[in-house]
Amino acid sequence: MGMYVELSDSQLVARCRAGDHEAWHELVDRFSRYVYAIAVQAFKLPEHDAEDVFQEVFARAYEHLHKLRDDSAIRPWLAQLTRRLCIDRLRAGAQEQPEDDIEPLDAEDTTARLDDALAVHEALAMLPDGCQDILDRFFARDESYRTISDALDLPAGTIASRISRCLARLRVEMEGRNPEAAPS
Amino acid sequence: MNTGERFMTSYGEEHLGELLSALPPAPVAWVEAAKQLPVARRLDEIVERAEADEDFRRRVVADPESALEEADVVAHAENIEIIKRRLDQKKGRQG
Repeated sequence: MGMYVELSDSQLVARCRAGDHEAWHELVDRFSRYVYAIAVQAFKLPEHDAEDVFQEVFARAYEHLHKLRDDSAIRPWLAQLTRRLCIDRLRAGAQEQPEDDIEPLDAEDTTARLDDALAVHEALAMLPDGCQDILDRFFARDESYRTISDALDLPAGTIASRISRCLARLRVEMEGRNPEAAPS
Repeated sequence: MNTGERFMTSYGEEHLGELLSALPPAPVAWVEAAKQLPVARRLDEIVERAEADEDFRRRVVADPESALEEADVVAHAENIEIIKRRLDQKKGRQG
């Protein structure tokens, strides 16, 4: 696990602002899935529009990072920036439609679910590399047991049990982060 | 009960799996382009300055490695090539 992965959001933002390129790489890695998912899942943009929004979000983030008043608020700031740019994109494609109708009805709920998903991914980053890799491949990359078995050089018959064990570790990690959610 | 409430009251493994599935990776090329933004901006600055300052432009053409290093950009072959190409394009358009 690299040192940048362990930095808090605010520490990462501070380093980016100081011109640390590696920190910027980590910031992009940390939030790229989130920005992408807001564009394609919450706002249902086609890929070519989503790509434009994605690049514009990070370009503006890079330009305006110094304006962020609370470094720990980078996630909601990026979410809001992505939302605004998605709405601009939708508005440009449907000029006749009233502004209220532009945003998909479930965009807010979907974004809230993506916030939860990002929290789980942050917890995942704290697990051993083997668990991160297998859970990410199976769930986020939708790889089959066979593909995972070949890629990680593991017996195919052990993949399901490894996934189960890693999910249990992830659950413990999540409960450690939010004790109120642990079973009583 | 909405998703957020379910999330806050239980970390069921099925639910964790659903949330992991909700964030597939963005296309690699998009991510790489976003990571290169700081370097791209520095290269833009060098080209803009070279456009405005003929002495600086001559210095960059004569010694692009030093110009890149001064701008805190790694002076590897690809960046040098980009700078040379962009300055040539500018010169071509101007001349």
